[in-house]
Amino acid sequence: MNNTQKVFIALGVLGLAGPLLKDIVYPVFLMNVLCFALFACAFNLLLGFTGLLSFGHAAYFGFAAYVTGHACKEWGLTPELGVLAGTLVAAGLGFVIGSLAIRRAGIYLAMITLAMSQLVFFVCLQAKFTGGEDGIQGIPRGKFLGLVDLTDNVSLYYFVFGVFVLGFALIYRTIHSPFGQILKSIRENEPRAISLGYDADKFKLVAFVLSAALSGMAGSTKSLVNQLASLADVHWHMSGEVVLMTLLGGMGTVFGPIVGALTVKGLEHYLAEQGSWVTIVTGAIFVVCVLAFRRGIVGELAALFKR
Amino acid sequence: MSEVFGIPLQALLSQLLIGLVNGSFYAMLSLGLAVIFGLLNIINFSHGALYMMGAYGAWMGLTYLGLNYWVCLLLAPLAVGLVGVVIERTMLQRLYKLDHLYGLLLTFGLALIIEGLYRQAYGVSGQPYPVPELLKGATNLGFMFLPNYRAWVLVASLAVCFATWYVIERTKLGAYLRAGTENPRLVQAFGVNVPLMVTLTYGFGVALAGFAGVLASPIIQVNPLMGSNLIIVVFAVVVIGGMGSIMGAIVTGLGLGLIEGLTKVFYPELSATVVFIIMAIVLLVRPAGLFGREK
Amino acid sequence: MNRTLARATVLVGLVCVAAADGLAQPAKVSDGVVRIGVLGDMTGLYSDLGGQGSVIAAQMAVDDFGGSVLGAPVEVIAADHQNNAATGANRAQDWLQTQRVDMITDLTNSAVALAVSKLAAARKRLAVVVGAASTRLTNEDCTAYTIHYAYDTYALANGTARTIVRQGGDSWFFVTVDYAFGLSLEKDTAAAVTASGGKVLGRVRHPLNVGDALPYLLQAKASRPKVIGLANAGGDSINSIRAAAELGLTGEHVVAGLLVFLTDVHSLGLQIANGMIFTDGYYWDFDEETRRFAKRFFAKARKMPTMVHAGVYSATTNYLKAVREAGTDEAGAVVAQMRKMDLSDFFARNAQLREDGRLVKDMYLVQVKKPAESKYPWDYYQIKAIIPAGEAFQPLAQSRCPLVKK
Repeated sequence: MNNTQKVFIALGVLGLAGPLLKDIVYPVFLMNVLCFALFACAFNLLLGFTGLLSFGHAAYFGFAAYVTGHACKEWGLTPELGVLAGTLVAAGLGFVIGSLAIRRAGIYLAMITLAMSQLVFFVCLQAKFTGGEDGIQGIPRGKFLGLVDLTDNVSLYYFVFGVFVLGFALIYRTIHSPFGQILKSIRENEPRAISLGYDADKFKLVAFVLSAALSGMAGSTKSLVNQLASLADVHWHMSGEVVLMTLLGGMGTVFGPIVGALTVKGLEHYLAEQGSWVTIVTGAIFVVCVLAFRRGIVGELAALFKR
Repeated sequence: MSEVFGIPLQALLSQLLIGLVNGSFYAMLSLGLAVIFGLLNIINFSHGALYMMGAYGAWMGLTYLGLNYWVCLLLAPLAVGLVGVVIERTMLQRLYKLDHLYGLLLTFGLALIIEGLYRQAYGVSGQPYPVPELLKGATNLGFMFLPNYRAWVLVASLAVCFATWYVIERTKLGAYLRAGTENPRLVQAFGVNVPLMVTLTYGFGVALAGFAGVLASPIIQVNPLMGSNLIIVVFAVVVIGGMGSIMGAIVTGLGLGLIEGLTKVFYPELSATVVFIIMAIVLLVRPAGLFGREK
Repeated sequence: MNRTLARATVLVGLVCVAAADGLAQPAKVSDGVVRIGVLGDMTGLYSDLGGQGSVIAAQMAVDDFGGSVLGAPVEVIAADHQNNAATGANRAQDWLQTQRVDMITDLTNSAVALAVSKLAAARKRLAVVVGAASTRLTNEDCTAYTIHYAYDTYALANGTARTIVRQGGDSWFFVTVDYAFGLSLEKDTAAAVTASGGKVLGRVRHPLNVGDALPYLLQAKASRPKVIGLANAGGDSINSIRAAAELGLTGEHVVAGLLVFLTDVHSLGLQIANGMIFTDGYYWDFDEETRRFAKRFFAKARKMPTMVHAGVYSATTNYLKAVREAGTDEAGAVVAQMRKMDLSDFFARNAQLREDGRLVKDMYLVQVKKPAESKYPWDYYQIKAIIPAGEAFQPLAQSRCPLVKK
């Protein structure tokens, strides 16, 4: 059994045992970590594997949260349909923004995605259905498939875990498929990929849409966990946060984003009483990672093991 | 009193003039960003935080050292520029060999640190900074009373912007800078100290931000969040103008100020969003920006 | 019976009585401790008017009360909701479920307050909202376990509007921040203006985090109103007031801030803020009692208390009193006790807790002094009028709270 399989099993066991640890770790905190881990993995698909830095991923994450919130609260959709709705809308949004952004590369792409997500932010601020500064509150968790009541934290936990596993499995398959190989080749050397006959733009767009859709799935699920969708989810600070999680965990690694999400969210939770120190520490981690720690936690660990 | 689209001409002109003043802030800030991007190929995310540091420099100079506005107008940008030089020498320099995205991420982290530290020290309500004695009061322009301080801001920013443009586009120093962007090795081979040039350029770019901060302090409350409120708009200006284009930054900044001024008269709720709408349109039609060229 | 046995019996008897006594009292207090959670904005927009100051105020109240009630210790814990309803709700959930918090207070930020009050009600614990403004807390979103303690948008709008119109300021122009809070504040105030016989000449809406508010104040000035109403808060109201001062508006017009706190005036300075009129729930220099609290608060917090700080102190003290008199910390009993009690203290004059959860008390119409009139630090306000408790808040008859019996 190779290392990857061992990690998979370890994570799987830990994940399934989550609710049992409820006296040590608060279950809602764990569920939030799972959502952010999915968000970071989806983001990593675009950054780590395709080499495109999007600085506006909060748009998909947060907007899907609003869509799901609205769908479940106003239209009474069951949770899995609500999450599906959010995911599809995020995919659509990813298609629109991605088509615009792909026209450029590198920093320009990052700036375009940032500015586009600002537009989404302002739409969310003004639109009636998002509830502006208050956000959408009291989103019902509903009954999964109309059968299992998700108001109970334990049932909800397994639902969230299921969503995470689904998303992660999709990402994993994508990375290790021929499609994923082409993405990596585009990241390494785009002109060569094009010369081999691949329509790089089309591949990049598909990666973009996939990444956006799964980010949306993460945001939708989070809105059910917290029963809230708010402007913080579409703010550019959120875009920065997912970049940090991916960078800290290890860009281009499979498990890195999960570790990154756990670390960042854990820090936030335990430093919450320290006021501005959370911002300062987050910034310091960014700086240290970029200067000395670019492979991220998982990347450095992997390098250690190889020696 | 004549009217344009139902708005009295006086009101329209006064809003446009105020908009132009705002535009000069945008112009100066995006100029600094454009200069840094042009030479270093780095998107300086900490630009907003350094603008805020300039404003706090003025306030701290007054409160702790009793230095008046005019002294701070000179000293604060120098201090911020020095901070920039330190940042470039100790941190940014290590990233030039890597993907340019790392520069963006580093400066983003620095912005968080700087903002967090100031917030921890000074809270968020901010500190008042008085308008300097010489510039108090307003001038009657016929169609409006223009506060003198605003007139000064307009004059000062335009002067600085024009001076910067002139140096970069029309002098030998500027020629070295531009050449250094194109081909650093070759320029270095000619005996020009390119790394020093780069360091000083970064220092100058952020000094511009600090200068804008000092100019802003009598107008808005000096508070740790003032930079992050502004930075995203400035990025949009740079994208519209064409990243790396000096003239693009200045013209777009001023133009945006005017358009925002107009929007505030006819459709005020939209004034925060209009820049992003324009950006989306420009990107569709001219991806390189209005004055930009693809790098 | 020999002596030793007799003594032993007496001793055992005494021990049993003591034990029974000791056991019985904490049993009235759930989990043997009364825990108060201060959930506020520690780092953002409202951190100066609430923030750490509220934590200090709550701790002062607990210490002044003796540190224990019904034989059980009282603890204060605190956290930052970061003006994010999700963060606040999560923290509240954690407190209510795992940390066994009995009462949550401060809650500056209406979105957080609304979310947390629902969570608290679901678990039958108390939410005493001091910092938030939304009237929904005592109308559509009222619960049996929510107390809205210090102020709300109705009290601010009405107090300010009615009194100013009565004093001659009968034509208004609004500068409003363009989102739910600003719009509802504008609506409430406009209604109060017209109800008092005044006229609304117009309004201009600006985006959140306006920065330079001059363009909007220019438009306000152009309409030549007698009163310019600022329906915004925090940094936006500060910048609006600066712009008004820059245009010299505070001389000829009345600038009415609709949500202004002592800390805003402090950070603006009297040079800029003078002449402004607004409603406040507490002024530190009002009389001997308010001064006594303020000086002690200042010694710990290095600033004078705002309405929120004083409100948290008062709420905590009254809460503990109610627990003691009710003989239990069970939320329903405590609320019932608070309704019966006279809650008046230095902060809440003529106070009464109503069925909709609204605490009514006297409010004050204040005007900011000119720099020459200020004799010592923080000497900022002149009290222009006292708005009695009966008039200051929305009449119970108009309440949309389902708990109010019609």
